[in-house]
Amino acid sequence: MNGDQTTHWRRTRGLMWVTLAIWFVFSFLVHWFANTLNGMSFLGFPLGFYMAAQGSLVVFVVLIFWFARTQDRIDRECGVAEED
Amino acid sequence: MRMQGSFIENLPKIYGLYTGGFIVFILLMAVLEQMGMAADTIGILFVGFTVLIYAAIGWLSRTMQVDAYYVAGRSVPPVFNGMATAADWMSGASFVAMAGGIYMGGHAYLAFVVGWTGGYVLVAALMAPYLRKFGCYTVPDFIGTRYGGNTARFCAVLVLVVASFTYVTAQINATGTIASRALHLPFEVGVWFGLLGILLCSMLGGMRAVTWTQVAQYIVLIIAYLVPVIWMSNKQGFGLVPQLVYGDAVMRLGELETLHQVGVLTPTEAVPGLRALTVPHAAAGTSALDSWRFITLVLCMMAGTASLPHILMRYFTTPSVRAARQSVAWSLLFIFLLYFTAPALATFTKLQVLDPNLATGIIGKSIAEVTSLDWVRNWSEVGFLKVIDSNGDGILQINEFFMRGDIVVLATPEMAGLPYVISGLVAAGGMAAAMSTADGLLLAIANALSHDLYYKIIDPKAETKTRLVVARVLLLVIGAAGALVASLKLTGILGAVAWAFDFACSGLFFPLVLGVWWKRANRQGAIAGMLAGLIAGTWYLYMVRFAGMDPWIGIDHLRFGIIGMPVSLIAMVVVSLMTAEPDKETQDMVDATRIPAGSSVLSSSH
Repeated sequence: MNGDQTTHWRRTRGLMWVTLAIWFVFSFLVHWFANTLNGMSFLGFPLGFYMAAQGSLVVFVVLIFWFARTQDRIDRECGVAEED
Repeated sequence: MRMQGSFIENLPKIYGLYTGGFIVFILLMAVLEQMGMAADTIGILFVGFTVLIYAAIGWLSRTMQVDAYYVAGRSVPPVFNGMATAADWMSGASFVAMAGGIYMGGHAYLAFVVGWTGGYVLVAALMAPYLRKFGCYTVPDFIGTRYGGNTARFCAVLVLVVASFTYVTAQINATGTIASRALHLPFEVGVWFGLLGILLCSMLGGMRAVTWTQVAQYIVLIIAYLVPVIWMSNKQGFGLVPQLVYGDAVMRLGELETLHQVGVLTPTEAVPGLRALTVPHAAAGTSALDSWRFITLVLCMMAGTASLPHILMRYFTTPSVRAARQSVAWSLLFIFLLYFTAPALATFTKLQVLDPNLATGIIGKSIAEVTSLDWVRNWSEVGFLKVIDSNGDGILQINEFFMRGDIVVLATPEMAGLPYVISGLVAAGGMAAAMSTADGLLLAIANALSHDLYYKIIDPKAETKTRLVVARVLLLVIGAAGALVASLKLTGILGAVAWAFDFACSGLFFPLVLGVWWKRANRQGAIAGMLAGLIAGTWYLYMVRFAGMDPWIGIDHLRFGIIGMPVSLIAMVVVSLMTAEPDKETQDMVDATRIPAGSSVLSSSH
């Protein structure tokens, strides 16, 4: 494994952990406190309900698009991207 | 090859025309309905016409090439693979039962919505791009090559078959239900008709045929889901994007629940298969146990998503690793369109039933008035709902109205007084959803058995032609077995769709993830992980579901992955560390898997 590959895997791992941290917050953390969040209102929804019915879903969609772009940039900068 | 290239380039045009054609067909049906065609005929035309189109696509995609059969020639563009995955993913249960589940179960049921979407984050970050780089044909192919040896491969096939077969019987059951209702066949015949349609899509062309029919099925199912909701919301004055503005309706339901004493009045009699509404819509549980139950279900569904072979193998079909990653994002976007609509549909339907200010409201009206409504009569006849005046006061209370959740999607067009053409459309959509998932599952099972069990383990010298014939014979046999189980109506016993996810995550999640992310993982560890996870999960399922054991801290039969996964992880790590580390060759293979550049680990025709 050469230097570029080591850097690439370090950055890839970093991105993976950041992605999973965001995923963790919106998969588990916010829903653990759903009852408390329902006391607040967002777009006219009780917030706890909104997060489970829509909010977390939107975050997931955006997160994966962002992940795909960022990973692609890492691949290119480390010179291990596929040829176009 | 030139033909193939031009076909890929022309995809937007082809599916654009197809979508246009389908809309023209809907309009034609609407006109025919106005001219007095019978409702039954419209239902038959909708289901028959769409299934014929899928079968035609299946026929046109027939192939005798191995990589076309197993991975659609690895040429599917990310957006189209996203649509195919979305159809593969959204089963009859998502289409028909999800909104009903939310209607009946309220906030607690939304754990499925969160779990069945967030799992794709795991697919994108941990699995799909690496499996694509690996170049495998099936999921056990990855396990067998990464860890080496037939035992590991066989264990992966075992988990795959257990998980996918649990799932596929439910799907064949759903195609049978819809086919029998739309075409007026007995259920037992409907099941075989459904199977015939499924096999026509997949047998001749394998993954290539399934890919292009699934794209077509996605288009039908998403139109069929969105049109009635948007129409209904527009009619009620919520506008054309109801998903964003139903907050007021949710708040209003809170008031109505107090008015009708939802959860206070409980049913005094039991109707098998039907339920009265007792759970508030938006209110979340107040105890830590409620939160625990929510997030454990979310975790099982997510890890299951990332381990279910029929989903993972869709990402083997993209042209590159980068395309595989993009494709996961597109998949989730297409899935999101349906999943963020389901809670809106559940809310609107419930409002229609509960709100005394709306013409459609029935709770609080007189029993005589309610039972004379057309939709109440129609759905009572087929046993989907029941009105019982338990306290004999002649007025319908919330605990006297029993229904099946499925009705929320199936009957809403009638409740809201939409023309019958919409009901026909919904039937076609449900059929598309169930067929596309059944296709993917059957292919996943048959491919694992033909490629991993037959070719890799039993007869590695088999010729291409023999391999593809075996693959098709297996597809027939497994499909028939699934239909047989479904026609015996054993699915109620075989259980919920959720079980497939629990089986998959118990046995495959950690062996797959650690295969890429932990170089030290070795064959002994992987075998221990797969078997220990599967056995622990199955044992726990058996104990809580059939042997009458009390669930531990709220971990019921829907969540048995919570038991299986940690057992799998611990077994895999401990056994791996106790045995020798993988050889240099395997470690280099893992390094090659981790970077997109370079040729795939397995050759293109292995």
